[in-house]
Amino acid sequence: MPNEEVTLAHLQDSFSETYPRYTKNEATVEANRCLYCFDAPCITACPTSIDVPTFIRQIANDNLLGAATTILESNLIGHSCGRVCPVDELCVGACVLGAEHRPIAIGRLQRYATDHVFETGASVFEPAPATGKRVAVVGAGPAGLSTAGELAKRGIEATVFERSELPGGLSTYGIVVLREPTNVSLEEVEFIKSLGAKVRTGVEVGVDVTHQELMNEYDAVVIAAGTGPVPPLGVPGEELEGVIEALPFIAATKIADKDGREGLLNIPVGNEVIVVGAGNTAVDAATVAKRLGAERVTMLYRRSRAEMTAYDFEVDFVRGEGVDIRLLTQPIEILGENGKVTGVRCVRMRLGLPDESGRRRPEPVPGSEFVLPADQVIKAIGQEKLSALFSGFGVESIAGYVKVDEELRTSNPKVFAAGDCVRLTGQALTVTAAEDGKIAARAIARQLGVPEPAKRPGATRGRFLHGTTNDIRSVHG
Amino acid sequence: MADLTTNFAGVKSPNPFWLASAPPTNSAYQINKAFEYGWGGAVWKTIGDPVLNVCNRYGQFQYGGNRLIAINNVELISDRPIEVNLKEIREIKKLWPDRAVIVSAMVSSNEQAWKTVVQQIEDTGADAIELNYGCPHGMSERGMGAAVGQVPEYCEMITGWVTSAASIPVIVKLTPNVTNIVPPAHAALNAGANGISLINTINSIAGVDVDNFEIFPNVGGKGSHGGYAGPAVRPIALHMLSAIASDAKYQSQPVPISGMGGVETWRDAAEFLLLGATSIQVCTAVMHYGFRIIHELCDGLSNWLDEKGATSIEQVIGGSVPRISAYGDFDLSFRSVATIDEDKCIQCNLCYVACDEGAHQCIDLTADGVRIDPATYDGSATLQPVVREEDCVGCDLCSLVCPVDACITMVERPAKFPTVTWNELVRNRPDVTTDWDAMVAYRKEIGIEIH
Repeated sequence: MPNEEVTLAHLQDSFSETYPRYTKNEATVEANRCLYCFDAPCITACPTSIDVPTFIRQIANDNLLGAATTILESNLIGHSCGRVCPVDELCVGACVLGAEHRPIAIGRLQRYATDHVFETGASVFEPAPATGKRVAVVGAGPAGLSTAGELAKRGIEATVFERSELPGGLSTYGIVVLREPTNVSLEEVEFIKSLGAKVRTGVEVGVDVTHQELMNEYDAVVIAAGTGPVPPLGVPGEELEGVIEALPFIAATKIADKDGREGLLNIPVGNEVIVVGAGNTAVDAATVAKRLGAERVTMLYRRSRAEMTAYDFEVDFVRGEGVDIRLLTQPIEILGENGKVTGVRCVRMRLGLPDESGRRRPEPVPGSEFVLPADQVIKAIGQEKLSALFSGFGVESIAGYVKVDEELRTSNPKVFAAGDCVRLTGQALTVTAAEDGKIAARAIARQLGVPEPAKRPGATRGRFLHGTTNDIRSVHG
Repeated sequence: MADLTTNFAGVKSPNPFWLASAPPTNSAYQINKAFEYGWGGAVWKTIGDPVLNVCNRYGQFQYGGNRLIAINNVELISDRPIEVNLKEIREIKKLWPDRAVIVSAMVSSNEQAWKTVVQQIEDTGADAIELNYGCPHGMSERGMGAAVGQVPEYCEMITGWVTSAASIPVIVKLTPNVTNIVPPAHAALNAGANGISLINTINSIAGVDVDNFEIFPNVGGKGSHGGYAGPAVRPIALHMLSAIASDAKYQSQPVPISGMGGVETWRDAAEFLLLGATSIQVCTAVMHYGFRIIHELCDGLSNWLDEKGATSIEQVIGGSVPRISAYGDFDLSFRSVATIDEDKCIQCNLCYVACDEGAHQCIDLTADGVRIDPATYDGSATLQPVVREEDCVGCDLCSLVCPVDACITMVERPAKFPTVTWNELVRNRPDVTTDWDAMVAYRKEIGIEIH
């Protein structure tokens, strides 16, 4: 049971965004620090190529509508990305001021701009004339929403089918509230709908609507369904009460956040919590457990820090929360009494020779078994793939991921796929899902004979202009 | 989206932003690139008599880590052969019929030389001619540029030669290196100029190297005055623009004004429009950041017009001109006082020291709500500045030095005496304006107390 000293007021505080919105003064000072580099590395580092220096300059000039437009014309999921992007790995990591002084807080500035237009409801894009073309999108997460919005910008009617009650995918259910409040995700869905896309929730493809119906009724289908449930750990004791999956645990806090956070008081959390896994979801689950009132939270990972997929900033953050990360530790049995978890039997590991993935293979150290007490075990060891959904559309897959070409077209030319379900290699990020949506929509439009929308004047303003019409060379030849 | 189309004395451009005659408009290569980015027009770098340039040509004024607050230059007019320029101007105008292509010119002060250059420019198909009466260095010593702009009679004579020869609009570019910009503007109007542009650069020395005593820009160990431009000159430009826009003769015989001087953002441009400019010229910001800034200039201006409910630029041009006034017509009874928002105050106490030593001693430092005595204060408390409202003269210095947005605001208070202006006093109570005893009596009569 959670710590009895945990009150609603405490939870309200603990589940507020870690980085509050900049004040106008903060935003202006930070924006004016930007050098406004030409062909800036932050643009290249952004998977969606947001023209970062331009939107920052627009913030400096108090043109927040312009700033938000600059962001959203490159990335319709920019409202989420400003919060959830691993910016230190992307734009902020590329900022030239990082070497000189301190990089620009690009994510927070992005959020400042999008918050403004989402709050004022200012209109960012003119609706495109309808082409009569229709596309079905499976999954209302960032990839599906980006695809649908990008299609809508081209006058193609997109209908998004979402199995869950709420749209938004991981933004709504999976990103810890401290980084993205649930309403931010839901606002983003409304924005995509305002472009002309339709979103139907509580509709599961293969159950409520057949694959064939979608194939027959639409000009193209996009699979943007993400990944499936957590696979079993494969150790004895997994059925015990108190063994849960990370994503539903995080999702419960997201739902509570949407409804005023009172629900946070009712989420079951242990006092001694063990999180199995060391990816970003594991970090989020550990953070949530700690903030809900768990006294001790321990993450278990069978390899070393070098192999952990969680980002440095997340590991630093979770350690700051007081979470213990036990590396080279593998659970081998979940112990229980009266059907309830009481502990986890672990074995220490060491790294042997590299395996087929090139990473050194962890091996148990004989005789090193020990027991960690626990009253809750949270599984965060990756997700299973949605093979049944894919095969329903008759598309090929590789290692559980949908097989796609460069334009995200599957083995069936009428079917495209985007987001985590195609992320065989590379990082499964909100921002890469957003970029997938752009790629898929462009390819679908081309396939359906729909012309690309006219570029706004100066759309490549922050970079070299290519394809200019006049052959006038510099005076130096 | 508001309509940004601009019509300047018949010269049309898709937006009001023109590149000023300067290094960014030196060649067809640059102007073509600028037009690709979306610039509405360009004033070709001044063509005219033969010149030779020097190194180094630029110096900068930087402040608090910000570069190019202003730039100083000793570069001359175009050093490319005039035939090359004319050929390229023709080429650009042909490629970009919808953009304003204006040619700046400056030749020796004889009628034939001017008539020749007018003909050469007209032959290119350019939309207008801008007369460079402003260049303050190099050319002025040869009797051109500012040497003309500073003498209204020369300005009128040469403008007359040009307007009588030209069939395309003639814009006179004025120098700010005068004590009053209005007489040269009158000269231009008298000679039939179709438009005025201002300001050219201001005489300046960018700085002195305190290590080796050299002057910036440093030309082989020697320095001289150069032309000053960039954000730091904007307030001077705005003043000169307002002086012309509010001038009675100008208002009775108005021609469009092309405003320039430190425009870097849409907001700067909006300020020039509100004070009566029809088009906006930009140079230093492009020299700093490149042609790409045009997008944000147009986007920001358009969003601002939308926000103001304006559908075209004409609707805001001159919007602030009716407010241009003078000390003699200010309402002496208008009263405002400073208020400090203690929730926002970060206790830097800059307002206190500014008021106490630089203004009128109306801010106290307090500890727990009690005014501390600076002579005996022991440094143990966090001090909170508080305005003594009854003593506040409403100068506004404290709010200007305050580093926190909207922490110190000037709040209007009811007037303590009936509305009156200095000019009314001069008319109705002349003794008050000339005799201290009468002034003291007048203050007592209406209840003004100056401590």
